[in-house]
Amino acid sequence: MAKEYETVIGLEVHVELATKTKIFCGCSTAFGGRPNSHTCPVCTGMPGSLPVLNGKVLEYAVAVGLATNCNITQYCKFDRKNYFYPDNPQNYQISQLYLPICRDGYVEIETENGSKKVGIHEIHMEEDAGKLIHDEWEDCTLVDYNRSGVPLIEIVSEPDMRSAKEVIAYLEKLRLIIQYLGASDCKLQEGSMRADVNLSVREAGAQEFGTRTEMKNLNSFRAIARAIDGERERQIDLLEAGKAVVQETRRWDDAKETSYAMRSKEDAQDYRYFPDPDLAPLCISDEYLEELKAKQPEFRTEKMKRYQEEFDIPDYDIEIITDSKHMADIFEATVALGSQPKKVSNWLMGETLRLLKEKELDPEDLRFSPENLAKLIALTESKAINSTVAKEVFEVMFEEDVDPEQYVEEKSLKTVTDEGALQKTVEEVIAANPQSVEDYRNGKEKAIGFLVGQTMKAMKGKADPAGVNRMLKELLG
Amino acid sequence: MEKKELLSLSATALGAAVKAGKTTAVEAMEAVLGQIEEWESIYHCYVTIGKEAALAKAADVQKKIEAGELTGPLAGVPAAVKDNLCTEGVLTTCSSKILENFVPTFSSEAVRNLERAGVVLIGKTNMDEFAMGSTTETSYFGVTKNPRNPEHVPGGSSGGSAAAVAAQECFFALGSDTGGSIRQPASYCGVVGMKPTYGTVSRYGLIAYGSSLDQIGPLTKTVEDCAAVLEAITSHDCKDSTSVKREDTDFTSALVADVKGMRIGIPRDYFGEGLDPEVKAAVLKAADLLKEQGALVEEFDLSLVEYAIPTYYTIAAAEASSNLERFDGIKYGYRAEDAAGLHQMYKRTRSQGFGPEVKRRIMLGSFVLSSGYYDAYYLKALKVKAMIKKAFDRAFLKYDCILGPVAPATAPKLGESLSDPMKMYLGDIYTISVNLAGLPGISVPCGTDSKGLPIGLQLIGDCFQEKKLIRTAYTFERLRKEEA
Amino acid sequence: MANMISDETIEYVGILAKLELSGEEKEAAKKSMGEMLDYIDKLNELNTTDVEPMSHVFPIQNVFREDEVTNGDESAKTLQNAPSQKDNMFIVPKTFD
Repeated sequence: MAKEYETVIGLEVHVELATKTKIFCGCSTAFGGRPNSHTCPVCTGMPGSLPVLNGKVLEYAVAVGLATNCNITQYCKFDRKNYFYPDNPQNYQISQLYLPICRDGYVEIETENGSKKVGIHEIHMEEDAGKLIHDEWEDCTLVDYNRSGVPLIEIVSEPDMRSAKEVIAYLEKLRLIIQYLGASDCKLQEGSMRADVNLSVREAGAQEFGTRTEMKNLNSFRAIARAIDGERERQIDLLEAGKAVVQETRRWDDAKETSYAMRSKEDAQDYRYFPDPDLAPLCISDEYLEELKAKQPEFRTEKMKRYQEEFDIPDYDIEIITDSKHMADIFEATVALGSQPKKVSNWLMGETLRLLKEKELDPEDLRFSPENLAKLIALTESKAINSTVAKEVFEVMFEEDVDPEQYVEEKSLKTVTDEGALQKTVEEVIAANPQSVEDYRNGKEKAIGFLVGQTMKAMKGKADPAGVNRMLKELLG
Repeated sequence: MEKKELLSLSATALGAAVKAGKTTAVEAMEAVLGQIEEWESIYHCYVTIGKEAALAKAADVQKKIEAGELTGPLAGVPAAVKDNLCTEGVLTTCSSKILENFVPTFSSEAVRNLERAGVVLIGKTNMDEFAMGSTTETSYFGVTKNPRNPEHVPGGSSGGSAAAVAAQECFFALGSDTGGSIRQPASYCGVVGMKPTYGTVSRYGLIAYGSSLDQIGPLTKTVEDCAAVLEAITSHDCKDSTSVKREDTDFTSALVADVKGMRIGIPRDYFGEGLDPEVKAAVLKAADLLKEQGALVEEFDLSLVEYAIPTYYTIAAAEASSNLERFDGIKYGYRAEDAAGLHQMYKRTRSQGFGPEVKRRIMLGSFVLSSGYYDAYYLKALKVKAMIKKAFDRAFLKYDCILGPVAPATAPKLGESLSDPMKMYLGDIYTISVNLAGLPGISVPCGTDSKGLPIGLQLIGDCFQEKKLIRTAYTFERLRKEEA
Repeated sequence: MANMISDETIEYVGILAKLELSGEEKEAAKKSMGEMLDYIDKLNELNTTDVEPMSHVFPIQNVFREDEVTNGDESAKTLQNAPSQKDNMFIVPKTFD
């Protein structure tokens, strides 16, 4: 009879912080740019260069710690993690081991069996590595240090998760907290949020943990779920075959749906951590902590509750809108500009989601401003444009954040309100479609729809369909 | 001004002469270059000499002096800097093969401060490879000889700087001091050398050996020069997180020949076994001279002296093993071409690029930090360091300065030291605790031994008390001159 | 010598430090590291039970930089000393299998 196994999972989540500059130098963290164009002596490990901490990094790290119920280490230091690899220009990474900035926190996740706490062992600050590119032509590797020194926090969980679902719920929770703080955009596929999965299995009911492996290179929720299932199976197969699981780091290949060990004999895994003598220790005052506590934003749960009380919109809308801090911000700002909450929500739930899906974008990528959305809503409300035109304008806004008033003006999209001109067109349509007119008069209500359509077409869409309908009925008596 | 007379001037005297129009920056530079031409083949103080650039810069500085744009006491003075200080566009090797072709893209802050003061750089001085050594014999580019007696070493690791000052191949030089590397060669070469309080001179652009111990400082002909140069290179630098913002940096104001009431402590533990009797006699005589001038001199027990060396070598080697990891053949410097694969490239580059002493310390440092040994060695050393610091704190409750020898003996003969590294390390016993505790220390000539080799007197102060050292050293220097 | 350094240890430290030692160098390294460690063991004479390790010698704390971009495109300088480069990047022996 097959044994029952329990999967035990802990996560190491790296999050790129949303600072303008790198952690220890004044180089930009902007994506793109030609190779090594965002580098200086500090982030390329030039002899004689020295690091100076970006104050914003500490602020973000502490804010995330506070939001995840951590204890903040008020006397904290940076340590050097020594290992040779070309993406690491000094051959040591400045990180934290002995006194990480945050410890002993937790977040609550929702599971099928109700809510559950996932413990956070620690959060530490560190620098990102550069990028290695394989050059097939010359069969060598090329190094670009543009990402070297980009600030990261690493959030190390306790081994509290038991399934891929819980892992995803935990990651979603972290993403929301961090996005709400503005500390990062947390995009898995772009690498601004990365998760390494520590996984072991044990017989159901066992007290001891099994031997764990660490899985790297997981850049989507789907990859994480598949890697967890794959590694669980691999370990169970080993155990069933009477073999031992080897503690090792494995790299997930999502295309092949398999993982392989990243070991090498030149890889001693002995990082010789010691306090970095080039950086001054951090002494975090109570005042600093109080200040950051006061600055903590309204997180999602509170926001959902407030929306339910303040706005007359469906719970489902609230859930979607608050799932992205950016979208919630757009919603609130547009409402604050005087738009009706329901109308704003309709735009977000309808056209916005449709376009995001179509263009494979995240809500964090939304570029249109609340001002322009409010203007667009006002234009439709006053019937200056009809809903078809409004959707057209919105698509342009979605891409380029144009001012809808200006755009409608320039493209002459305004609904024709000149009753004389409209009547003339309606009369022409009536004259040109005797059959439909007759059908209508014979009680075929539907025929009026065709006539409205013909009129709208003749007006190039710039008419209010309800007005056209009314006028047709009047003229047809 | 006649060349011989010109070369004998102190840096500040030369600065004054240039300002007064008695000579020019160009004349001074030509004199120094002439001296180099004459003696460099024997002493080998320099790794790199930028003759054309130096002359052009001297002419430029002279114009600025005449235009009244440069008015400082060191404007127009030719100087040398140790080859572990980055100089933009000028080869900076740390006397190592691994950096034999490295041309920095920026200058160290200390060098920039000198340039702002109108100092004209001659070139880069020889040193022990990566500042690891006490004789300047571990340089990849050959040994430097002691100008007082070329059969002897100049000391190290700033041996090129000390020798260049002693040989009048520059008017002053900068060195770096991690465990005595300014004070000891100053002592061996009979010049003045100072290691300031940790954090006083920016380390930005200093190629690190032991980051928590390294400090840049002057090697000069006189105490007055020492104060003037220190004043010029001191600055609070936002690029160095360990740089201290100091208010009391008018060091030349301490050039007062008066030690009345100065409380001077002589640590008994500095005068025990291993100290050469001639050195001992010269140093104690210096103490007597100061006492005669009204200083309150007494003996005391500093304690922990014999633990300073093991503590130092653990910490310095650990930091060095990490600091020198960046030399890997990828971004700059030497790269072994014959390697198959990445790890072999690393290993060959580093094995061929570093000399034996550097490798020895990297190995030791990697070991004391490695898994299972960190607590027993590295952490233990950090704890003893705290105890040593405390011992000094206690001493400075009672004394303004601590007086003792710089080194147990005068300069050894060339080739005598490297065969026994342990013995060489023991020679650092009086200097290294100063680095561990972050204190300022100065070395002033106080006599010669029977072979005519210079002896140095060391004065150690509490953190930020350079002025007390300068005042005492200046007074002593004057007394010595009067005696002679 | 109290500290006998084994061949394995020297081999291991060589991997950590990325140094390849010849047979002769290895023997010398074993000897000198053993001697140094014997000497460092002297520190065990001191009781340090209640002593806080001191990594930084005096209290400079909280040194921060503003989050403002101060550097432009310095790639030419970054690559100026590169032993081998291509397309504005450093060339290294291949790291991918």
